[in-house]
Amino acid sequence: MPLRLLSFAWLACLALFPFVVGCKPGGTTVENPSSEILIGHYASLTGPEATFGKSTDNGVKLAVDEINAAGGFKGRKIKLITYDDKSDAREVNQAVTRLVTSDKVVAVIGEVASSLSLVAGPICQEYGVPMISPSSTNTKVTAVGDMVSRVCFIDPFQAYVCAKFARENERVKASKAAILFAQDQTYSVQLREEFEKWFTQMGGVITSVQTHIKGDQDFSAQLTAIRATNPDVIFIPGYYTDVGNIAVQARNLNITVPLLGGDGWDSDKLPEIAGKAIDGCYYSNHYSPEDPSPRVQEFLTKYKKEFGATPDGLAALGYDAARILFEAMERSPDLKGENLAKAIAETKDFDGVTGKITIDAQRNAVKPAVILEMKDGQRKYVTTIEPIR
Amino acid sequence: MADFVQTLVTSLSVGSLYALIALGYTMVYGILRFINFAHGDIVVLGAWTSFTFATLMRKHVLSGPEIPWWLGPVVLVASMIVCGGVGYLIERFAYRPLRTGKIPLLSRFLPARRVRPGSGINVLITAIGVSLLLQNVGQLKFVFGASPQRMPDLIPYYEVLKLTFAGDPPQSVVIGLVDVIILCASAVLMLVLEGVVFRTKLGTAMRAVSFNTETAALMGIPVDRVISATFVAGSMLAAAAGFLIAMKYPGLNQPAHTIWVLLGLKAFVAAVIGGIGNIRGAMLGGFIIAFVEQFGSYYVSSAYRDVYVFVLLILILLVKPNGILGKAVREKV
Repeated sequence: MPLRLLSFAWLACLALFPFVVGCKPGGTTVENPSSEILIGHYASLTGPEATFGKSTDNGVKLAVDEINAAGGFKGRKIKLITYDDKSDAREVNQAVTRLVTSDKVVAVIGEVASSLSLVAGPICQEYGVPMISPSSTNTKVTAVGDMVSRVCFIDPFQAYVCAKFARENERVKASKAAILFAQDQTYSVQLREEFEKWFTQMGGVITSVQTHIKGDQDFSAQLTAIRATNPDVIFIPGYYTDVGNIAVQARNLNITVPLLGGDGWDSDKLPEIAGKAIDGCYYSNHYSPEDPSPRVQEFLTKYKKEFGATPDGLAALGYDAARILFEAMERSPDLKGENLAKAIAETKDFDGVTGKITIDAQRNAVKPAVILEMKDGQRKYVTTIEPIR
Repeated sequence: MADFVQTLVTSLSVGSLYALIALGYTMVYGILRFINFAHGDIVVLGAWTSFTFATLMRKHVLSGPEIPWWLGPVVLVASMIVCGGVGYLIERFAYRPLRTGKIPLLSRFLPARRVRPGSGINVLITAIGVSLLLQNVGQLKFVFGASPQRMPDLIPYYEVLKLTFAGDPPQSVVIGLVDVIILCASAVLMLVLEGVVFRTKLGTAMRAVSFNTETAALMGIPVDRVISATFVAGSMLAAAAGFLIAMKYPGLNQPAHTIWVLLGLKAFVAAVIGGIGNIRGAMLGGFIIAFVEQFGSYYVSSAYRDVYVFVLLILILLVKPNGILGKAVREKV
């Protein structure tokens, strides 16, 4: 019976495969020289939000290279371990568990997407490893516990910025706004709620609220319904992948009013996907590359030299997140989880690329936001909006 | 009024896309009595091969600003050929061994296994396996990659018709060239398929095989070849649907995005609603679910867009389990 033999051999191969492959990560942990300090990063290096992950990772890398070039932390080199989570909650679970249990990193950086940070937060909290989210803006992310903090502003503020800009800025002066949001995206849902609240509080009217699912390709019905209510601006708090298609279809339906969104728009892919359709649209962001301050310009030059591209807001936040971590390591008595998390939470007036960063009692960063305009495939600085005091 | 007409236009163009995909499900089911769950992934393959061909052509052959009118059809045909080939390979190497018990390439050396007739679960599991394989191969770096891409514009944006209705604010109906092309292309493809199935020798053989495989084989019909032809035809229609989707929605989702599965699932629902195994039923089903989806989203709420489709499926299954155009089949014992 050669077939039976063959299939048995095949099964045996299959059964052994995980062991052969599985040896690798374990091996490196054992051999890891104690002189290196490991920090972990989980990000969407591939998947629907790949540009988010790549930018952030570049930013973190830059900060790590910088500190290592300056002699490392107290003479010890810092080593960055990055895992790709493919924008998938299950992968996040695996990646972060591996970082905190088998790699034994001192701290974890990640994710951009709030829904994914919400998966990782409880794991870091349970194992007592500090986590810094560079750019998850949903309020729930840091509510997980004292191990989790972030270096970006939160959605209620971002929604306030968008609403204020839409109501008061000369370029828009909107009295009627429509909303199209992704109902299965934590980020999008909260931005929508908060925008609706602020916009009506400032005397505006919401004419229509439409929903879609993350990744949807057809938005005709929603846009037709929005068009019928004749708004002055359409608020689209989604990610660049969806916004690109929405913009194209809106223009095809003869909707000419400006579209407005949050930092989920911040990707070079957006003008690539949307083409001319996105011209004259606005979004709120963490920083503008046009900012003349030396801190920003120095970062820009370094980043361009290293990666050959203009850093987006997510790259800047990745950079700031890593640098805040290093600064907290200096202040912390040792590198134990609790002490390090406490040191991160006590960050005050840190001079970051994305502005002066102070972590508040809820472990959120308090700082201003900028509004950028899309013009001929470029982002142009429009205005800065200060935090609500 | 304007919005009603606009929604109608969208429904027609989305409906013809669903119909094209549903045809593949229905043809395979009609002949082999199993659901080819890898069919939805052929649509994705069609969209991404179109993208690859179009970008390569734009980069290396036609780098000028002008896009010649024939580039679209060329890309369409190329991706139909690729997908037809992949459809053939899937049938040959994944499904046929289960049907005949012969392992391809090795059958000369190995004795044929006895295949239990009606072991449908094997085929179903294989279909899911093929689907996962296609998804995972598709997102490899050297295949299509795992980031969304922008499909190059092969069809210039052009308003074929613009009607403006008086009112406050004035409402307009816009029909783009893309929608017209989608409608025409799918109408032509469906007519060709009808012609093949009902007017040619191959079509007669297909119908004979779908009626009774054993008897057809006894009558001298090359059953395996007919089944291959069915897979190739279904995959080519799926490729066309993929191409048209990429034309209408230029922001192309990455190959393993969950939304593609939903698209395949909805097209499958279209085939079931129309009466699975029935070609005209698949077309009808495609348009019906597009109408339900679009009008439901416009007039009720866009939050339940996918719910409408599946509620309709449940209703149809309760009232007319064989679908709208399906005939009741009495089970023989």
